[in-house]
Amino acid sequence: MFATIFKRELMLVYRRRSEWVHPLAFFVIVVSLFPLGLTPGPQTLKLIAPGIIWVSALLASLLSLEHLFRSDYEDGALEQFVLLPYPLAAVGLAKVLAHWCVTGLSLCIASPMLGIALNLPSDSLKVLMLSLLLGTFSLSLIGAIGAALTVGLGRGGVLIALLILPLYVPVLIFGAGAVDLSAHGLDASGQLYFLAALLILALTLAPFAIAAAIKVSLE
Amino acid sequence: MWNWFHRLASPRDFFRIAGYWIPWLGSLALLLIIAGLYLGLFVAPPDYQQGESYRIIFIHVPSAWMSLFVYIVMAISGAIGLIWRIKLAHVMSICSAPIGASFTFLALATGSLWGKPMWGAWWVWDARLTSELLLLFLYLGVIALYHAFEERRTAERAAAVLAIVGAVNIPIIHYSVEWWNTLHQGPTVSKLDAPSIDANMLIPLLLMSLAFMIFYKALLLFRARYEILHRQQRSQWVTQYIKTL
Repeated sequence: MFATIFKRELMLVYRRRSEWVHPLAFFVIVVSLFPLGLTPGPQTLKLIAPGIIWVSALLASLLSLEHLFRSDYEDGALEQFVLLPYPLAAVGLAKVLAHWCVTGLSLCIASPMLGIALNLPSDSLKVLMLSLLLGTFSLSLIGAIGAALTVGLGRGGVLIALLILPLYVPVLIFGAGAVDLSAHGLDASGQLYFLAALLILALTLAPFAIAAAIKVSLE
Repeated sequence: MWNWFHRLASPRDFFRIAGYWIPWLGSLALLLIIAGLYLGLFVAPPDYQQGESYRIIFIHVPSAWMSLFVYIVMAISGAIGLIWRIKLAHVMSICSAPIGASFTFLALATGSLWGKPMWGAWWVWDARLTSELLLLFLYLGVIALYHAFEERRTAERAAAVLAIVGAVNIPIIHYSVEWWNTLHQGPTVSKLDAPSIDANMLIPLLLMSLAFMIFYKALLLFRARYEILHRQQRSQWVTQYIKTL
């Protein structure tokens, strides 16, 4: 069942190409706006690069979340998911996983290019990718709670940001922290372990919150 | 005892009992605030290092404590409302949110007033300040989500889910910003066996905390009464009550 839903979601996301192309383009454009706004030298750029890339990835992931449950809500598929003799939390997890496989991974793959553009040392590009790999999945899981809560509202856009951004802070701190440490030539494994721990926590708790939120929205 | 408990959960009886309690709680809070402020501002000795300006802690620390306490109350009563479907629990949860947000704002504002002479800056990106700021954002999120829905039942349940998710996140946020950056002075009161604070300062501080706690309860009952009147406006006892006014 999990695999069926996962495949369905993957196919849907792939067919609605704008859903993952737009956040990716947003990510690249926002990152490239910062050097234009700050006109920094290569040293300053290296200092602020981890923060810029991480904040942009966070906003891009937020942007992509709005559509996570919207179309299923509109065509009634979400109600059918609730009626399935299968835990709603698992359905939610399958949807988030499929969504992340397309949006989160594409951010992750694009990130080294942006790292190079922002003058990050080549050693820390690996850490950047790894931190985004672990971090964006947590972001998707946490953000899905907000998306599920606001799916019944016509205008979720700004509200979902208000709900979710404070909850994103730990992931941002450890993600940008890991890249920052590695950019200074230090060992970033501690921060990466924290990211992994946050991911596991989100993976265990968030599906239940998503399920509760979907049920509230469908009442 | 359960019978009494059930009666308290009915809006009508709650309305009556709360109306009886509010004047008592309110005047007790006022007395304690006057006593605490007098002891804090006139009796307590000036700090050997911070001089007179430390006295803002008599407002700052209680409001910071209350900001966390109110969030916990909001999340727990939201959970009670979700699980046992008690309407009154949702009323408590929703009515707590603006009060908690105000306490959080008060803690931030007084902290920034104190920070200017002490640290030389209105705001620093210190761990405690940041987690307090994020707490304010969480409160604002709950309030905004509640008001975004037309249907009240959906609104209160959605706000309760968000409050619970936030409550799980608060310790994580707190510790992550703690490790990220810290400048704020360590706690001086929580070391209960030997607090590193003079008794003349500790007593007004505790008085003020008690006063804030009782003030919160009075305010919560006050808001909850209005919310109940608003929600039950079509029921007969409200019409009768309005006529007697």
